[in-house]
Amino acid sequence: MSFRRGDRVRVADRPHDGHHRTPVYVKGKTGTIERVHAAFTNPETTAYGADGLPLERLYLVGFDQREVWDGYPGPAPDRIYVDVFEHWLEAVE
Amino acid sequence: MEERAVHDRGGWPTDAPIDRSERELADWELLTDALVGVLGGQGVMNVDELRRGIESMPPGEYERASYYERWLYSLESVLTEKGVLERGELDRIRGE
Repeated sequence: MSFRRGDRVRVADRPHDGHHRTPVYVKGKTGTIERVHAAFTNPETTAYGADGLPLERLYLVGFDQREVWDGYPGPAPDRIYVDVFEHWLEAVE
Repeated sequence: MEERAVHDRGGWPTDAPIDRSERELADWELLTDALVGVLGGQGVMNVDELRRGIESMPPGEYERASYYERWLYSLESVLTEKGVLERGELDRIRGE
C-alpha cells in the first residue's frame, strides 16, 4: 500500500529485534503523511550486509506533540515530524 | 510501550544537563570519520552496518563511550565480522 499527502496513518506498534529506523516513541501513534520522500534501500537488511532490496518508500509523517508525549505541556498546534518507512505504516480510516 | 534499546533516546527521562559546549575534534576522531567515509565509498561497510554495530554495544559500554568511541567500536566489530580484521588484530598491533 502506498500513501499520499494528507493520509492518516498509524505507526505499527511492534518490536523489531535488530536495526530499524522507527523510534519507539512514535510506535502506535497516529499522524498524517506530510511528504512522500522517495524509495530507498531498506536499512533493516543493509545493516546486515544485504542489498536492501526491494526498495521501501519513505514518508515524512507529522504528529501532534500531544499525541506523542503523555502530558505534553506545550501549545496544542505543536507538531513533531519523523521519517518513517512504508512497511511501518498502517492506514487509518 | 516496548522496552527500548539503549540508543533509542527520544523522550528518555533524565535530569542531567545537556552539554552544549563546542570543542575541537582530536586527530583520532577525524581519522575515524575519514575511515568510515572511505570504507563506505569502497563498498566495504555501509552506514547502516555502522549504526547496527553501535546499537549492538552492551548498554553500559554504550553509556560510557563518546560519540566516536562508539564509531570505533562498531568499525572494529563489523570489520572483524567481515573478515577484514582478524579477531584481536588491533590489540596485537597496539601491543607491538
